[in-house]
This record gives sequence, structure tokens and C-alpha cells, in this order.
Amino acid sequence: MSRYSRHIVLPEIGLEGQEKLSKAKVLVIGAGGLGCPVLQYLAAAGVGTLGIVDFDSVELSNLQRQVLFGTSDVGKNKALVAKERLSDLNDTITIHAYPYRLTHQNALQLFQQYDVVVDGSDNFPTRYLVNDACIITEKPLVYGAIFKFEGQVAVFNYKEGPSYRCLFPEPPKEGSVPNCAEIGVLGVLPGIIGSMQANEVLKIILGLGSVLDGTLLLYNALTAKTNSLIISRSEAQINKVLSEKKAFQDTPVVFQCGSYSFELETNQLSLHSNIQMIDVRDYHEEPRLIRKDTIQIPLGELESRSHELDPEKTKVFFCVSGIRSQKAVSLLQKQGLSNCYSLKDGVQALLTYYKNNEHERA
Amino acid sequence: MNLTIKYFGMLAEVTQCQEEVFAFSQERISDLLKALYMKYPELEEKEFQVAQNNQIVTTDNRIDHSEIALLPPFAGG
Repeated sequence: MSRYSRHIVLPEIGLEGQEKLSKAKVLVIGAGGLGCPVLQYLAAAGVGTLGIVDFDSVELSNLQRQVLFGTSDVGKNKALVAKERLSDLNDTITIHAYPYRLTHQNALQLFQQYDVVVDGSDNFPTRYLVNDACIITEKPLVYGAIFKFEGQVAVFNYKEGPSYRCLFPEPPKEGSVPNCAEIGVLGVLPGIIGSMQANEVLKIILGLGSVLDGTLLLYNALTAKTNSLIISRSEAQINKVLSEKKAFQDTPVVFQCGSYSFELETNQLSLHSNIQMIDVRDYHEEPRLIRKDTIQIPLGELESRSHELDPEKTKVFFCVSGIRSQKAVSLLQKQGLSNCYSLKDGVQALLTYYKNNEHERA
Repeated sequence: MNLTIKYFGMLAEVTQCQEEVFAFSQERISDLLKALYMKYPELEEKEFQVAQNNQIVTTDNRIDHSEIALLPPFAGG
């Protein structure tokens, strides 16, 4: 217990508080700028079980702020590297790495295994997914987000408090708010905001002080000024999420930072059975592709001909370069059609794929 | 009357200031937004929430002469 002596000596924590920490289970979404400091402090503090969800791998440009990683980690999965690093920091705790994407399909089952969820993601679709899954599984959500020199921290879905949707009911229109990594960020800022998130987690577990529930704390690194805004709970927003609970797991995979998770490469085609291929090129475009499993609906006609798509099948759209097919998928997702994918490399790659898998030819 | 308005995140990039005093005499937040869109046309395309006296409010709220803040969502992590 000498590891935690500086905690235990505090009358507000003591042996009893440390015991609470060792029994606590915290799931951290994203091991990026925010996730790194959150994980580091929670592991050091002796939070007994930590889960780390991140599909992404370490890039050199991450090292300016993602302090769990080193140069030799570039190219490795973040969740796995973080687990290894944290196991060294504290070998008395349990750490689960989930080196894949958080989706509507896996979120609920994952969240149910934890007491508190921390959002350190970097894109709106994931943030709304995390929020909604927290409402459905009744888990407090420690939220943090950053933009250039400014950060936001709040605790949502805690003790009948508001959720993220009570503040921002719907995700912003695509492209209206800079997503992900296209914009710069002061390296230390996620360190500050992530540390604040870790602090909120510890207060929730220990039952100490006042938690930022229903309060959005804004921090400006350039002025060192903070503002606190009070958010009211909107029953309508929360009930809406709960009423769509049954459909939650059927929600299609949406745009995620840096890539489209509804994009497929030709070598992933074999992973899906029962495929309907849809050629969204115009009729005059070469090379023609005529197969039993393929129909042609030019992108411009797709909206009026969407009834020709088989709802039972995995629908894979293709064009020349993967751009029109991507538009096709987002158009159909808006119509609520699930199980739609865009073939990333276009028709040429598809022809090569068919050639190499001649025996499977329809 | 003069209202103090704070702008956060990318909104401050549109207005080129983090805070300003804005002369305004109408009744509701929605009227204020219309006036701000006149001054900053780009603001109309942005997504944000409005806080009055540090409390998030809806646009049909009455202006009570206290500080206004415009808050956009942040995605970064």
C-alpha cells in the first residue's frame, strides 16, 4: 500500500477511499490527446480496472501531445501500446485493451461492464454514440473536448443530470465544425483538459467534492480564463434516446475520424456473405461489369430507385474511385438503410479481385 | 442598452474577438441573433448554443441584460 501512501494519508480518501478506487471500473474511449492523461492518472491512482478503446495506431504527429507513446511505438495500435505502458506504471491493476472501433453494435455490451465512461474521442459521431450508450446503460459520462486553445469539460448522465444531447441535441452538419486532426491544437491543452476529466472520475468514485454534473467548464489556455455554463436536463432528449433503444444496435456505422468505416477494400469482400453489388457509375462508363450479383443504378437515380436495393443483403456500392459510392452510402444512410458499404478502390480493383478469385465468379 | 457577448471556439474566429459590447434594444435572444447575423454573416452557418447569465437558454428567451455567451460544439480530443 506504500504505492498509494499519498492518497491514504489524506483524511478525505484514506484506506477506505483507496479501496473504492481499486474496486472501480472505468472505460476510456480514445487513447489520444485526452485519453492519455486520463489513463495515466487513473492507472497511477489505482483505479482497479481500466478499459481502453482505440482502433487507431500511433503516428509521429501524435507524440506532440499523446504522452503515453514513444517514437518506437509509431505504427502500433494505441490501445495495445497504452495497455503495455500503463501495466508498467501500475502492475497491480487490470487493464483491458479493445483495439477496435466503438460501434453501435459493440458499445452497450462494453459499457455494461464498467462504472464510469470517459469520452476522449475526436469526432462527433463517436461522441453522440458514447452519450446515447451511456443513457441506455445508465453510466455517468465524463466528457472532454478541445479546439485549438480552448477546452470543454463536463459530467453528463450523472444522478438525474443532463446529457450531452441536452446541450447539443443533434450532431452538427458534416463539415460545419472542424473534425479530428485537420486543425492544430496546443499540445499541453489536452493534457490540462484530460487531467480535469481524470479529476472528475476520481471525485465520482470517491464521492468527494462537487462533480461537474450539468455544468460545462470552459478553459482558454491563452487567457487562463475559465467559464462555467449551466445545462438543464431535457427529458425530451433523454426519452428520445431511450425510446430508440431497440433500434440502437441497428444504427449503421457512421463517419469516423480520418476514414469512412463504411468503406470496404476488395479483399474485405470475402468477409461478407449475401452481397448485392451496386454500380453507381453512369451507363456509358467503361469497363462494363455484368454479373448476376450486380445491378447498375447511376448515383443520380439512386434516390428514386432505392426500392431496388435488397434490405436483406449487404449492399456494396462502387464507382471509379470510391467517391460517388461514398455519396451513395451517405445518401442511403440518411434514408435509414443499413448495411451499406462503399468500395474504396473502385471498379478496377474489383475487376482484379474477380480475376484473382475466378472460381467464385457468379 | 449595451450587452456583453462572449464568443467561444471557432465563433471567435468569425467575429475576430472573444468578447464585445453590443448595442441592442430588442427583446429576445432570437432578435439578438438576427442582429448578429447582420454584423457577421458567417455566423449564421455555424452551430452553437446561447447562454445567458451562464445558463444555456433557448432562442425565445427574453434578454435580461446579463452577459451572453455563444458556445459551439468541440469535437477534438
